[in-house]
Amino acid sequence: MNGSASPSLLQSWAVQRRVIGALLMREILTRYGRHNIGFLWLFVEPMLFTLGVTALWTMAKATHGSNLPIVAFAVTGYSSVLLWRNMPARCIGSVEPNLSLMYHRNVKVMDVFAARLLLEAAGATMSFIALGVFFTSIGWMDPPEDIVKVMIGWVMLAWFGMALAILLGSLNERTELVEKFWHPAAYLMFPLSGAAFLVDALPKQAQEFILWFPMVHGVEYLREGYFGQSIRAHYDLAYMATFCLGLSVMGLAVMRRISREVMPE
Amino acid sequence: MIRLSDIHKRYHTRHGSVHVLDSINLSVAPGEKVGVLGRNGAGKSTLIRLISGAERPSAGHIVRDMSVSWPLAFGGAFQGALTGLDNLRFICRVYGRDAEDKIDYVQEFSELGRYLREPVRTYSAGMRARLAFAISMVVEFDCFLIDEIVAVGDARFHEKCRVELFEKRGDRAMILVSHDPGYVRAHCDRASVLVSGRMHSFDNVDEAYAFYQEHAG
Repeated sequence: MNGSASPSLLQSWAVQRRVIGALLMREILTRYGRHNIGFLWLFVEPMLFTLGVTALWTMAKATHGSNLPIVAFAVTGYSSVLLWRNMPARCIGSVEPNLSLMYHRNVKVMDVFAARLLLEAAGATMSFIALGVFFTSIGWMDPPEDIVKVMIGWVMLAWFGMALAILLGSLNERTELVEKFWHPAAYLMFPLSGAAFLVDALPKQAQEFILWFPMVHGVEYLREGYFGQSIRAHYDLAYMATFCLGLSVMGLAVMRRISREVMPE
Repeated sequence: MIRLSDIHKRYHTRHGSVHVLDSINLSVAPGEKVGVLGRNGAGKSTLIRLISGAERPSAGHIVRDMSVSWPLAFGGAFQGALTGLDNLRFICRVYGRDAEDKIDYVQEFSELGRYLREPVRTYSAGMRARLAFAISMVVEFDCFLIDEIVAVGDARFHEKCRVELFEKRGDRAMILVSHDPGYVRAHCDRASVLVSGRMHSFDNVDEAYAFYQEHAG
């Protein structure tokens, strides 16, 4: 039933899935349209970014203090950045263009966020896999040592990105300052994200500083999964999980508050 | 049954909190047609959005024991960048209906022709209204919420809407908000009047009309 007052959990879940599915289609259509390669842009766009950075780093021979194969270093590093960094960008300001759809009772702010986050995660993941498979098949990259570790690191980074996105996307409904500050912050966080260096290559004091950033732990873990014993990774997944959990709770709390005040237009 | 108990709605504005709706009580039984009269800005649309569940009250409870439509207002509830057809598909997905067998009906009723495949933001107000109404009729509800539906469109279109809504769906409950007493009188069993956030309810439309003339007209 669409309008009944207290649907069961199972019915709510069915409604939620329908709504997120509908919003996914809406996002794909408005973002990529039906022209040229259409929704393939979902992962071609992040692929182009990663390819560009890989090419630059290869030319500059920039493994930033390690002797790892540069292509694998760039692909694991830059894909990770794209994964978590694009999510907040997609959620900040996502409420306004969907306000008219919120005339439908079951379409909530969380559904809008969820659809965009799923899409972002799918795009980044497909891009990572496609590049990995491609470079491995032409012999520029070796397959990962421990694929489960890579996956766990990836999921942790996605969690971080989603939690941050929900928090910033919600806060942005309170103050547009979030949007203004996110661009410089995202830019400045790139060199601090652990994507462009190995923590082990840093001086001791810098290591301690950089390990305050939760995404560094995710990238280090992922790289340990990829390169195995050839690198010495520094991470504490429990710290990262605690950080993400805190971020998630804060994000959901703010989202709950703004959801109550959203006015469909 | 739809029941509103002691509903309040406040909005925060730059000059403090505005109390838009103040202790509203209302119940609507299946098949009942209830009108809500009020001048522009009296809080009619807010009330409809609260009943639909699109917005939440600041205080009070709303019980919906029947399926309730979204607020049928001409123009709203669409995404401008999507085509009319994609909006139809979106709404069908949200409400769990199959869109493909509804396309012909929407095409015919909205008289949009090939514009159904153009983005909604390129539509005129009249085209938007026709699409909105056609899509509204695709999903069936026990109770329809109707917000100023007389505002747009020509006489022939009004007649088509009247037949779809009040003849073919005459057995459904309806809550109709309007500033036009004639429209409410033509379609409602009873009516309430909203004056500065408070609701005054009457058992018959004529009493409501007299009150409206006196206090709000």
